[in-house]
Parts: sequence; C-alpha cells; structure tokens
Amino acid sequence: MAQVPEGGSALKFSKSKGDWLRDALPKLVLSPSVAISMIFVYGFILFTIYLAFSDSRILPSYGWAGLQNFQNLFTLRAWNIATINLAIFAILYIGICCALGLLLAILLDQKIRAEGFIRNIYLYPMALSFIVTGVAWKWILDPGIGLEAVVQGWGFENFEFNWIKDRDMAIYTIVIAAVWQTSGFVMAMFLAGLRGIDQEILRAAEVDGASTFALYRRIVIPQLRLAFMSAFVVLAHMAIKSYDLVIALTNGGPGIATTMPATFMYSYTFTRNQMGVGSASAVMMLMTIAAITVPYLWSELRGSKQ
Amino acid sequence: MIFTKTARLLTTAAFACAAMPALAQEVEVLHWWTSGSEAAALNILKEDLARQGISWQDMPVAGGAGEAATTTLKARVSAGNPPVAAQVLGMGVTEWATEGSLGDISVIATEEGWDAVVPEAVKRFATDDGKWVAVPVNIHRPNWLWINREIFEEHDLTPPTTWEEFNTVAQTLKDAGVTPLAHGGQPWQDATIFDDVVLGLGGPEFYRAAIHELDPEALGSDTMKAVFDEMRVIRGFVDDNFSGRDWNLATAMVVNGDAAMQLMGDWAKGELLEAGVTPGEQVLCVPAPGTEGSYLFITDFFAFFDVSEENQSGQQAMASALMSPKFQEEFNLIKGSIPARADVPSANFDSCGQQAITDIAEANAKGTLIGSLAHGHAQTPAVQLAIFDLVTEHFNSDMSSEDAVEELLHAVEAAQL
Amino acid sequence: MSIASSTHRIARFALYGVLALFCLYYLMPLYVMVVNSLKPLSEITSGGMIALPKEWTVAPWRNAWSEAQVGVEATGMRPYFINSFLMVIPAVAIATILGALNGYVLTKWTFKGSTILFGFLLFGCFIPFQIVLIPMARALGMMGLAGTVPGLIFVHVVYGISFSTLYFRNYYAAFPTELVRAAQIDGAGFFTIFFRILLPNSGPIAVVCVIWLFTNIWNDFLFGASFSDFNSQPMTVALNNLVQSSTGVQEYNVHFAGAIIAALPTLLVYIVAGRFFVRGLMSGSVKG
Repeated sequence: MAQVPEGGSALKFSKSKGDWLRDALPKLVLSPSVAISMIFVYGFILFTIYLAFSDSRILPSYGWAGLQNFQNLFTLRAWNIATINLAIFAILYIGICCALGLLLAILLDQKIRAEGFIRNIYLYPMALSFIVTGVAWKWILDPGIGLEAVVQGWGFENFEFNWIKDRDMAIYTIVIAAVWQTSGFVMAMFLAGLRGIDQEILRAAEVDGASTFALYRRIVIPQLRLAFMSAFVVLAHMAIKSYDLVIALTNGGPGIATTMPATFMYSYTFTRNQMGVGSASAVMMLMTIAAITVPYLWSELRGSKQ
Repeated sequence: MIFTKTARLLTTAAFACAAMPALAQEVEVLHWWTSGSEAAALNILKEDLARQGISWQDMPVAGGAGEAATTTLKARVSAGNPPVAAQVLGMGVTEWATEGSLGDISVIATEEGWDAVVPEAVKRFATDDGKWVAVPVNIHRPNWLWINREIFEEHDLTPPTTWEEFNTVAQTLKDAGVTPLAHGGQPWQDATIFDDVVLGLGGPEFYRAAIHELDPEALGSDTMKAVFDEMRVIRGFVDDNFSGRDWNLATAMVVNGDAAMQLMGDWAKGELLEAGVTPGEQVLCVPAPGTEGSYLFITDFFAFFDVSEENQSGQQAMASALMSPKFQEEFNLIKGSIPARADVPSANFDSCGQQAITDIAEANAKGTLIGSLAHGHAQTPAVQLAIFDLVTEHFNSDMSSEDAVEELLHAVEAAQL
Repeated sequence: MSIASSTHRIARFALYGVLALFCLYYLMPLYVMVVNSLKPLSEITSGGMIALPKEWTVAPWRNAWSEAQVGVEATGMRPYFINSFLMVIPAVAIATILGALNGYVLTKWTFKGSTILFGFLLFGCFIPFQIVLIPMARALGMMGLAGTVPGLIFVHVVYGISFSTLYFRNYYAAFPTELVRAAQIDGAGFFTIFFRILLPNSGPIAVVCVIWLFTNIWNDFLFGASFSDFNSQPMTVALNNLVQSSTGVQEYNVHFAGAIIAALPTLLVYIVAGRFFVRGLMSGSVKG
C-alpha cells in the first residue's frame, strides 16, 4: 500500500482567512459522515446497552433491571448453543472462504482460457440473497429429495448426506451454503491481489530456482496482506450478521441446534417480546465484534502508517 | 340569470362530487395473508369496503406465522406511524393492548351486539378492560387428525379416539411398512402435536392448569411426564426425514399415500382441495386422539390501533364489515376456518367445517373452548416460545421425560422473569 | 512428445477439471431454481428436484411477474420493481459520493486523528442491522421520514457509508500523492483536485463500490419490511410475500421463478460489471 502522507496538506502558506477554510474544509467534508456514525451507529449502540439493563419487553421501556437480563441470558441453553455455533461457524467460514478463495484465485491465475466466464460463475452467488436461494439450498441438502437421493439414484446406494437433519452436523451445512455465497467474492479479491504483484520479482525468484510452492508461500501470499484484510472485514461482518441464511436453511433447527447469536437476538427482541434479554445478547455480540475487530484494525491501520 | 343559476347548481354539484372522495376513507392494513386462498379471502373485505367508498391500502408482510409482520408492526408503532389495522394473533392483541397502543371500537360493537355472538373465550382476546380493541375474523382448529382413508381401509383400521389407540394403530401401520405419521419437524409443528397430547392425555382442566395458568404442580405432574413419554413414542412413528419439513409437504404425504395420518390444523384443507381431494372423503378429519369434546382454537384478529381522528371512521367501517355475518361466511368458506360469530349458518361448509361448527358450539357451552399454545392463544410469546424450545429439543433428542419435565418448569420460570 | 510436455498437459487437464468441478458447486442452486421454475407444480410435488422438466412451461414466470398473489391484489411482482429502483439508485449514488469524499480526505488531507476517525467509521460495517431497528424507527418517526422512500434511502446511506469509505480510502491510498501536491502548488483547491484529478481516475473502485452497495441494498429485507409504507415496499418484501405463506398452498415453481426475477438486476450487474469488478479490486483496493 502506498504511504499515507503525514498531514496531506503539508504545504503551509501564511495564515489568512482562506487558509483557515483550507484547513477546515477536509474536516467539514468528513463531518457529516462522522456525525451520522456518531448518532446512528454509536448512539444506537449506547441505546442498546441501556435497553440491556432495562425491563423492556414488547417495546423499549426505561425501568431499571440491573444485571437481570444478563443473568437470564447466561442461563439460557439457546444462547450457549448460539455462541458455540458462532465460533464453529465463523472459524470454518472465514478459514474455508480464505483457503478456497486463494486456491481458486491461484488456479484461475494460470492463464485459463475462459477465465472471465468461470470467474462470473464463481462470483454470481454474491449477487443473490438467501431469500432467493434458501429454498433451493434447503432442497439440495434434504436427503429425501436432494443430493443424497440423486446420488443414490445413480446407483451409489451407500451415499449418505443427511447433515441438515442431524443435530450435530446441521451447522456445517450452513457453512457449506455460506461458503458458496462468498468464496467467489474472496477469490476475486485475491485474484486482484495476485494481478497486482510485480512480475519481475516472481521471475527473479524463479530464476533462483525456487519451487512453485515456495514461490507462493514466500513471496506471493505475504504480498496479499491487504487482500486478506479486506476479505477478513467482509467475512467477519457476514459471519456475525448471518441471519437470513440460518432462517432460510434450518430456521434454527433441528430442535435449536443451529441457533446463532443473530437469530437469537432477533427472536428475543422481536418475536418473544423480551427486548431486555435480546438487547443483552446484542451487547454481547457487539463486544465480541469489538474484541475481534478493534485490535485487528488497530494493527492494520498503524501498520499502514509506518 | 338562468345561466347563473345553472352555473351555481353545477358548481354545487361539482363541489358535492369533489367532497365525496374527501369524505372517503383510507385504511392501511398490515397482514400476512399473501398466498392465493388467503389473499382471495381478504379481497372480499377489500371489495366490501370499496363499496362504502373506503380505499384499502395494502401492507402485506408474510413469514413465520406473522413473525415478520410483528417486527414491522413494532417498527411502525415505534416510529409513531401505526397502520390503521393490523392482523394479530390472540396474545398479540393482549400485549398491544397492555402497551396502550390500541384504539377503541366499542361504539360499533355495542351497536351491533357483538357480545352476544362471539364465544366468550374468543372475546377475551378481542377486548381489553371491557373495551373492544380488535375484531375476530375466523376460528381455526389446530387439533385435527387427518387420515388417508384408503390406507386405513386397506389395513382394516378405525380412526383412533385415544392416544393408546393411536399407538396401536400406528404400530400396526409401521409393522406393515407404512409411515404412520406425516410430520414436519419445525417448532410450531412439534408444539401442535404437544398441544394435542397435553389435551388428549390430561383433558381440558389439565390443559388449562398446565398451559394457561402455568401451575407448577400441573407442569411437574406425572401426567406431564406421560405427555413427554407419548411424544417420544410419536417420534418413533414419523419418518427419518421429518426435520425441517414444511407442513404442506407433510399433508402431501398423506394425500399421496406416503403416510397414513397427520396432526394438523384445518388449513390443511386448502392443500387437500388443491390436490383434488375432498376433505372428509378420501382424507378423513377427526379430532386429535382424546380431544373429542374439547376445542382448541386459533383466531386471527384485526387489531385497531390508536390513530388520528380522521382515520377512526374508517376503522369503524372496517370493523363493522369484518363482523358482518355475510363476510364471516364468505371469508371462512375460502379460508378453511369457521366464522368467529356463532350465528352464521353452517349449511354451506364442507363436512369437516360443519363438524367444527357443531363441536365449537358444544365446547363453548361446556366451557372447553380453549386457546391453543402452539398458535399464540395461551401464553405470551416469551413463555410460548420457551416451551417450544423445550418441546422441539425433547422431540429431536433422547432427552428423558423426567429431564424434560424439569427443564419445562425451569424454562417457564425463566421466561416469566 | 517429451515427458515434460505430457506432464504439463496432464496438469492443465487436472487444472481445468478442478475448475469445472467448482463450477458445478457454484451453479447447483441456480440450476435447481431454473429447472424447477420451468416445470408444472405436479412434476415438482411428485418428486424429482434435479430432473429436467418433462413438460416445459413458462407459466410460472408469467405468474410470478404479473399474476401471482403478493398481497390482496394479484399484481405479481411487477409493481414492486419500481419501488426498489427508486430506493436503490439514490441510496447507492449518495453513499458512493460520500464514500469517495471521505476516502479523499482520509488519504490526501489527513490530519491528527484521521486514522482513528477512519477506524471509527469502519466499525459501522459490523453493526448487526437487527440492533438498530427500533431506535432507527424512532429516529425516522422524529424526522418525519417514517414509511417513506427518502427514509429508506437515508437508512441505506447511513449503513452504506462505512463500506464505501473503506473501498475509496484503500483505493486512494495507492493513488500518487505527488500529483495532489503538485496540483496544490499550482493553486488548485480541495474540490478542484477531487473533481479534476481523483474522481476521473476512480472508475474501477466506483464499480466495486456500486456493485457492493447495489447488491446489499437491493437484497435487504429487514429495513425494506420495517421502514416502508403500503406504497413503497421493495422487491424483497414482495418476494418474501410470494414465497412465504403461513397456511396457504405453496407453488414452488412460481416461487423459484419469482426468486430469479427478483435477483435479475443484481445478477445482471455482476455479469455486466464482473470484468470491471476484478479490475477495480486490482487497481488498488486490495493491492499489497
């Protein structure tokens, strides 16, 4: 990444009214966005935190409930399941998307003939919401009519793929569908990163006799750092927000085996009219988000300054 | 002079014409009836109102038995922009009334004498502190057992009237290689069976005590344990693939002969008719085992929100149209449910509908007309869904009945906090 | 033929094989949707999700487009298309322009604390929309924007800025600062530099940003369902109403046709702009 200049308006002219405007203008331009974030992101987060300590049920109310909502939250098995599910989901989803995206990008970077066509096929799922593809996925994963039935129909009687009906495995079917949606997008990011690498360095390394594997591991992948950062931001936010997907595929089932924090939060806030507990779960989600993203963004942004 | 007079007359006439639409009302209605038959049924109301010069502003948000619409409703009320009327299920009316968000349509209710024609159990939801705040449009019965007649005749079986008989019949079918029960493993469907078993094994008094009053003694009783035992037995009678299946696909299994029975509400009739099957002929309808004489019910209400004065006459007109016997009959003939008014003749309904109308009159008289837990007529959503969680968790796992009862007590307690 | 070239051939063959295999994975759901949208309902319910239609029909498509029941009236999805466009286009345009300006300030006019401000703005990417629903409803009510198209645009702009700022900031970071300084010495002002120098070179990242925002906003259901009015409901709500039914008959073929119709604009955007998309990502935003 190019250097971010220290004080972009480095050239200082003698002080005058025009200069004041010149100095203030960038800040003025930025200020609406900052103000909007202040109110509609941070203000609402504060509001949510307040609700988490209130006795709100169907709509916000302002009676103080102390830590009651959090105590309730932690005794609920569904919340426990939701947090474990999010951990499994996020790790697998981000990991597999990055690995698959990188693999496909490297494969597509081998001067493939129909590259544009194949790329579009990999990329298109990102254009669709799960309201659109949910039913199709549900059918594919359903052993009675989907993949299992079809493969068995081909003569492979022993083929089994009934994860979506299995309490322990259902969360992995959600990973499969989620990876399907975003891995192509991650692929595009990595492909772009690969295309940006200086070919001279690669050639020089090749001349030095480095193996293809070493070439990628030592030279190419380290250069994709910014691509990883963008991918991480995109994937992490999708993992935490994953709601449509779960609703469309399993609606939290079998039983409550695939409950996720986002579905939990929605259910308690809007369906069960336990807004206090729902807000408490939202606060936990926000804290998780902050715990993961703040250090990461901090190190990245500091890194880019040096 | 004549010219001026005519002109003046014309102007007056024109003014009168112009004034008409100004008087005309608009009602914005939030609902989740978007599928063919449901929407067609609602369209009757729209046309009724159009004839009175009231225009219908349609605000449909479908999904999850009104879950999505409920969220929309919350956003609309929070924004200070509630719809004129919204479709709400029983306990929802109570909650919105408690929140103070509903208006008052008692004037028209008194004028038209609704008190005399609406069953007491239904009326309890539609009124708040003596005021009418909502209008019931139908009564669905969730505790039906649908039976594929051909399969039953083939195996020489008679419709079961108790859970014990059900178990015997189902075992016979299972031994013969037929899936006894078509079921979709979604929480509300599991809860629909749970409703039937609690009512069937425990009877109406027990159902009231355990489910409506949340009496810890009833909830922790041996009867409740027996209920979970029966749920476990029923689990053995559904096919391996039940999890997540939509109810209508389960109905299709009964129609196609892939399964012998289904426990489902009377909306299954729509699927039967679509498949060219006459309810009561090829597919029989009987009350769920052991529930004969009792009537679980679900009613869709239109709740009237506290809106500005100019919208209130629209509300009154809509409420009146919704409660007219003619509308209640036409609507419910299409919808598959029965009228919420007791004074609508049953002649035009199919045999299952006629039976329902007879049964509900009997249940109303005996005091065994009971709001259904599975469909939001017994508990607040918090408690209702906490019970769903447990029932569905038990049904999908190998949890013992003892543990289930204990967890039930715990979950109910936690949800009430 | 040398051994080297034959191993090379095998490797190429394997390479194409792997790529083709992944094509199947990505195409599978679309295949299921398209195939089943062209069948009569009876063929679907009698089983056979993967099979090609025995009897081809476009009736489900016609039905979903203009005849299906999505509300009280059987209007199909047609009327909702315009609502979506009225909301999406202004929202994307405003969020993109604001993002570009923010990116410009955050890279070329940095000041003390500007990096922290960038991080501050970026956090908005992560906020789950369910959290803001009720307070946003209140805010829209107070601003008199409840249930209006401008209200929906506003909401989408608010939560779109984080992403557009991220994209443009990363892109402009790679843009040579010398050019900006040179222009500055020549006496060009803040906006002149932006409009004359940066904006004309922002094509690729603008494509990325527009695709991203367009897709997200077009596909949004939660805000669309909550903050719209009877005459501003977007496409996704119509699709939801078509597909979801509580106690009605489910016409899967019509559902699939409707789903594809609802997705067509975003699919088109991806296919038409797909080429520029990778180019846009390449030209700076994720380059090392």
